[in-house]
Amino acid sequence: MRTHPPTTDPLDTYTLNMGPQHPSTHGVLRLLLTLRGEEIVTAEPVIGYSHRAHEKMAENRTYAQFLPNTSRQDYLSGMIYNFAWVEAVEKMAGIPVPERALVARVILAEFNRIASHLLWIGAFLLDLGAPTPFLYCWDDREAILFLLESVTGSRLTYASGRFGGLARDLDADFPRRAREVIAKLRARWPEYDRLIEDNVIFRNRAIGVGVLTRDQCRSYGVTGPTLRGSGVPYDVRKAEPYGAYPRFEFDIPTRPEGDVFARYWVRVQEMRQSVRIIEQALDQLPGGPFLEPGSIGVKKRLKLPVGTQYYAVESARGHYGILLVSEGGAEPYRAKFRTPSYPNLAVLTEAMPGTLVADAVAILGSTDLVMPEVDR
Amino acid sequence: MSALHALLAGPLGGFGATLLVGVVGIMGYLTFNVLFLIWLERKVAGHIQRRLGPMEVGPHGVLQTVADMLKLLGKQLLTPVATDRFVYLLAPLLVFLPTMCVASLIPLGRAQAFADMPYGLIIIVTLSGLTVLAIFMAGWASNNKYAVLGGMRSVAQVVAYEIPVLLAVLSVVLVAGTTNLHQLVTNPWPRLLGVPVPYGVVEPLAAVIFFIGITAETNRAPFDIPEAESELVGGFHTEYSGMRFAMFFFAEYTNMLVLGALGATLFLGGFRGPFQGAVPLLGPVYLLLKTYLVVFVMMWARWTFPRLRFDQLMSFAWKLLIPLALANLVATAVVLGVLA
Repeated sequence: MRTHPPTTDPLDTYTLNMGPQHPSTHGVLRLLLTLRGEEIVTAEPVIGYSHRAHEKMAENRTYAQFLPNTSRQDYLSGMIYNFAWVEAVEKMAGIPVPERALVARVILAEFNRIASHLLWIGAFLLDLGAPTPFLYCWDDREAILFLLESVTGSRLTYASGRFGGLARDLDADFPRRAREVIAKLRARWPEYDRLIEDNVIFRNRAIGVGVLTRDQCRSYGVTGPTLRGSGVPYDVRKAEPYGAYPRFEFDIPTRPEGDVFARYWVRVQEMRQSVRIIEQALDQLPGGPFLEPGSIGVKKRLKLPVGTQYYAVESARGHYGILLVSEGGAEPYRAKFRTPSYPNLAVLTEAMPGTLVADAVAILGSTDLVMPEVDR
Repeated sequence: MSALHALLAGPLGGFGATLLVGVVGIMGYLTFNVLFLIWLERKVAGHIQRRLGPMEVGPHGVLQTVADMLKLLGKQLLTPVATDRFVYLLAPLLVFLPTMCVASLIPLGRAQAFADMPYGLIIIVTLSGLTVLAIFMAGWASNNKYAVLGGMRSVAQVVAYEIPVLLAVLSVVLVAGTTNLHQLVTNPWPRLLGVPVPYGVVEPLAAVIFFIGITAETNRAPFDIPEAESELVGGFHTEYSGMRFAMFFFAEYTNMLVLGALGATLFLGGFRGPFQGAVPLLGPVYLLLKTYLVVFVMMWARWTFPRLRFDQLMSFAWKLLIPLALANLVATAVVLGVLA
């Protein structure tokens, strides 16, 4: 809805600092908006408010000591980040992982992905001014968090991965509880569809708003549901399969429109695919040890061979990569984290101009940013 | 007391008594109503969202809003340095005034309206548009970009939605043949298939348009864009704290009650109900029941829908509601002409 030609005339426009303290900037993002009335002329994200130097910290800690840091990069899908670090180190050190741990990791990671998407749906609808779905989503998410807590002991910032397996085994009752949670999630889906997807106001706010083309996404390095909402079926779990993912059947939901609604739809469908994966994994969950017998664990000082290695996983937000450079010591010489939210935020400068302030909130929400992950 | 007696018995006479009863009664009830409505809203929100709402202070949390009000009373009043001080301080006082005046015009029973005027309806429509002035003053004087945006949105919104509300009201006036609210209720109702029905039944479209319009005029979701929290932080009241903020809150809920009462009077038969002729005291009870029904539907909508975008809000008013309301008015006039 562009009513005027774009302008940067300083007499015509004014700047509005959205954030870092603002209800809809999800943490500490600051958006420097140049506005003409309510219309956005330019949008410039200013980041760095929660920079904690995770990469530098990695250089000063052993591989095991860095374990808890990983889930604090993206506190909404911490399990996935935690396992990514563990798997990156395992791959470089050549540590074998028992079958049971591999499948259990998939189950836990997918539950974490659903929890992350649920939280996103709630927060996104809150951005659009609908407070009620938030509570429903949190009710569902709570069930998942209880489940994950029963296995890992923590609710948000997990550190349950171990080099060569898991810190704790899935107990005998776990599959039953997991299936209960899945049944609860399934029962809610039609309700979400009626309350959100079929709502005429939601559709008007989401369809055709904040369109990102395939080329824009690619030139900025956008990944995850945001990219898949622009019609690119790229998912690390399929593109470069890792862990136990190759043995499960699942689809990559994509939508060609690239608007806010497409991103919403992709995430909703992804939750359904995650449930599919979990159900297969629960059926196939093998017995045996959950931690490689005689494995290194966390106590001993693990030394990686000299070399450089890149390992990527699909987090709830997209392509999460870990570049490890080892010089043979107990600490990495360099650890670089490629976090998906960073490019997903950068692309907003393309999507926002020409829209209204209310759209800016919707577009920002639709990319599912976690600011600590952008800043690291 | 003697001074009071002198005033009541003196030259002011009945007028003084009416004034006193009116001011005390209306102020008292409106204060109670705000406390009740905020509690009700939180309860409705709670139950819609699968939780209980306030439960701790008093049985089912009925005293929660009293506690909140006391807390707000005790808060420090902050005035930002860069404000337009006079206007900034005036706005929260002014926001309450038009609503108060409107409240005194709603007929409560067969002979019970604090001010019974021949053109009551027109005065109400005029006054209810004034609230937006205070809102814009608050937004402008705060010297805050979010507040100015909220104020500007509010003006545009109220201007747009007053028109369909007025047109919907006019349709009822055409059917009823009076702009006196008291007569509007007591006049013989229109008959549908021989059964007397309230105006809402013969003017369903006007009722719907009126309801949408008052939801927008009271800045309630899904039309709460002047204070859209996720966009404008607090909108026009971003810079207000303590009791000054509470005044805006007060005004919003009072507005809901008063406009809800107007809706009940116009479309749902006002204070009329079974046995009301025999027991006059039932009049206010019926009116309040109908009013709170309207208010409940407003709350229900708020906790279900997302917020509209500003341009969608405007095109909804100008491109859909106003033509519809106009068509309804013309159709009403034609039908009445044919029947006559």
